[in-house]
Amino acid sequence: MTHLSDDPAEEQWLDDEAGRIVRPYVMTRGRTEPSRGKIDLITLVVTTKSVSPAEPGLGPEHHTIVRLCERPLSVAEIAAHLDLPAGTIRVLLGDLADRGVVAIQEPARETDALDLETYKAVLNGLRTL
Amino acid sequence: MDSVRSEGEAARVKLPTAIKILIAGGFGAGKTTMVGSVSETRPLRTEELLTDRGSGVDDLSGVEEKKTTTVAMDFGRISIGDAHVLYLFGTPGQERFWFVWDELALGAMGAVVIADTRRLADCFPSVDYFERRGTPFIVAVNCFEGARRYDVEEIRMALDLGPATPVVLCDAREKESSKNVLVTLVEHAMRTRAPAQEPVG
Repeated sequence: MTHLSDDPAEEQWLDDEAGRIVRPYVMTRGRTEPSRGKIDLITLVVTTKSVSPAEPGLGPEHHTIVRLCERPLSVAEIAAHLDLPAGTIRVLLGDLADRGVVAIQEPARETDALDLETYKAVLNGLRTL
Repeated sequence: MDSVRSEGEAARVKLPTAIKILIAGGFGAGKTTMVGSVSETRPLRTEELLTDRGSGVDDLSGVEEKKTTTVAMDFGRISIGDAHVLYLFGTPGQERFWFVWDELALGAMGAVVIADTRRLADCFPSVDYFERRGTPFIVAVNCFEGARRYDVEEIRMALDLGPATPVVLCDAREKESSKNVLVTLVEHAMRTRAPAQEPVG
């Protein structure tokens, strides 16, 4: 029975089969939940200020996200570009949001229904594709 | 202090509204083909690592030793003006990933179920799922070369669909055809979900 301990470098995780799993967890220092609320696959993210390459606590993946999100991108797109699981991206985004480097917008998801204007805008947009 | 500052910055940034539409159907029915034909870039792939927490719903018989599994989803993006971004998600085909569907379906505008008439039964689980959940959906019959052509009423009967659920024929490889499918879905979702908001007169 394998269990996650507080030590992400615990040796039992470092076998060949787990390679794909360990790497993302090391990147997030073992964390699986972001520091702030729910971050959906279509949650949009945009960079709001530049960040020093020497900023403590930020790794190369954080800096890649900051560069990518100069135009708004969804969590799913960031995950695809970095070739990392979306769960890992959520944690990294929490770090960036805590520093005020990115703005994160939640999709409206209290209910499934959208307002009439949204349906109309999407319809018009699709028809003119 | 930091959090106050970042909230302030977030409030100043005007981000578009993100909308998602699900593209479901059996393996090989043309989900990723449709996502690719109508999206502004080639389909991207995102992966979710799933751990033990899914084991209550997830039938992992035969792979008991594997505590973590990866679910891949292909998706595409369609920018609509500056205010909206539409994301099309091809849903993972295997039924053992239902709990991924629950997250995907939450907040979705609607779903397209792609039917392959050579393997019509493959789309039954998707139809059942969206009916049960109450997600507006349409059935798009992907007309593969060499497959017998059915008319939409035959498909409707075979899938036991209600009269309100649209059935359309399509060619998932063609942008115009896929676009037509999406327009039909959004019209259907609007009728289903926003009737009370229809302006009077």
